[in-house]
Amino acid sequence: MKGRIINPGKAEGEALVSSEPIGFLGGIDPKTGEVIEKGHPLEGKNVKEKVLVFPTGKGSTVGSYVIYGLKKNGVAPAAIVNLETETIVATGVILADIPCVDGIETGKIKTGDRVKVDGENVEVLG
Amino acid sequence: MFLTEEQKGMLDGKKGEVVQRCMRLLVRLGEIYGAEEMMPVKSVQVAGVSYKTVGDAGLEFLQDFADKGAKVIVPTFLNPAGMDLVDWKELGFPEEFAKKQNQVMEAFRKMDISISATCTPYLAGNRPNKGEHLAWSESSAVSFANSVIGARTNREGGPSGLAAAICGFTPKYGLHLDENRRPNLVIDVLAKLESNSDFGALGVWAGKKAGKKVPYFTGIKSATEDQLKILGASMAASGAVALYHVQAITPEADQDISELEKFEFTEKEKQETYDSLNTAEHPQLIVFGCPHASINEIREIANKLKGKHAKKQLWVCTSRLVKEKAEAEGLVKAIKEAGGHVVADTCMVVAPIEQMGFASTGVNSGKAATYLPGFCKQKVMFRDIDRLIEEALS
Repeated sequence: MKGRIINPGKAEGEALVSSEPIGFLGGIDPKTGEVIEKGHPLEGKNVKEKVLVFPTGKGSTVGSYVIYGLKKNGVAPAAIVNLETETIVATGVILADIPCVDGIETGKIKTGDRVKVDGENVEVLG
Repeated sequence: MFLTEEQKGMLDGKKGEVVQRCMRLLVRLGEIYGAEEMMPVKSVQVAGVSYKTVGDAGLEFLQDFADKGAKVIVPTFLNPAGMDLVDWKELGFPEEFAKKQNQVMEAFRKMDISISATCTPYLAGNRPNKGEHLAWSESSAVSFANSVIGARTNREGGPSGLAAAICGFTPKYGLHLDENRRPNLVIDVLAKLESNSDFGALGVWAGKKAGKKVPYFTGIKSATEDQLKILGASMAASGAVALYHVQAITPEADQDISELEKFEFTEKEKQETYDSLNTAEHPQLIVFGCPHASINEIREIANKLKGKHAKKQLWVCTSRLVKEKAEAEGLVKAIKEAGGHVVADTCMVVAPIEQMGFASTGVNSGKAATYLPGFCKQKVMFRDIDRLIEEALS
């Protein structure tokens, strides 16, 4: 699949897929990488080294700083794949230098798939 | 997006990692919003200053950026902090909070940012000129700069403002362009606007009607700058209005409105707005100065308090610079003698008032009345200055 580069880079990892938007502030613990939002489909899962796949971001603009914190604490996702990246996630991945692509039909990727992100290309290796 | 050779170099890392990251952020945001080029900015207003808002994630980001040598290259000003940076102890701010807040300020200082700590930079030494391009965050200041001054800025976030300050540019889209500054709806004001809080009520109502659009007001016969400040701040809080026009009052109001959809704000809408925002009968804390009070507002409050004594906590929030002016006029002392405080650098929305034991607050600001229930878990009394002072004295 081909998308639009939000932040360039190469990464490969296991997909962690959310059908719901993710709000990083209050949604993910920047110290551990665990999804902490109550009732979120990914609650209790960890984003560390995963290719994190979700439709779009939501919530507070401070979420950009949480993405930066994940990277600094060594618990960031390897890459982020979105249907549509909004400003909060775009700002976060660029500041943190995490590969990110949008314009991808996120519903076509399943949790556990091996996914490779390379520039604008997103490949499901199976 | 077209980039100059210098900008390409910044993107390629020729000016270091921090500039590269910031430039990448600006270019990507520009692409997302369809900008064709960058434009230089005259000044930047950075939001995300209170430790209560940014938390440890923000503090660590700012420290890390400052440690990597990030420096701003255009005049850059800061939003309010979470406390009065001088009198925090006397006012009862928690020690641990103060420690973290001071670390946030230190990171900004290291980046050469002025510790102005106000949402009204235009009253505190950074008043732009008409037509100037800016990169401001702080939605009420954005609204004032665009609407009342006729300068041009989008509603920036904390990091995108900081990136513009470090690179000196912002992507040219949105409100930097003529075509996006035209009104899309008319609000005809039939209700009487007698106090600053009436302008706040109008703003809260109009912001919900307008959302992200540009409203055009008719029927407002006169308005002081303080009233326009309150109107814009309220619309930016209840909606996302970054620019509005007022017939015969604001600088870009010469517009064709004949084809636009029209809404009426009558006494009924005014009353309903007051009713919807009032949830407290006897607030524990009375706060003026959202957005930060001008010297005129402080004079008015000091006058009304003359010879009286407040039985409740009463704060007048303002910038450090305006507090100094008020001090020189004896107003700070006068308000203190009446049992109140002129509080600088912070406000009721970004200070941890709920941690300080307050559960209800009285305000004359539509913005504060909109944000206090969610951000600070407060019950709210939203009334005019006279009614609030009466409450403070009782």
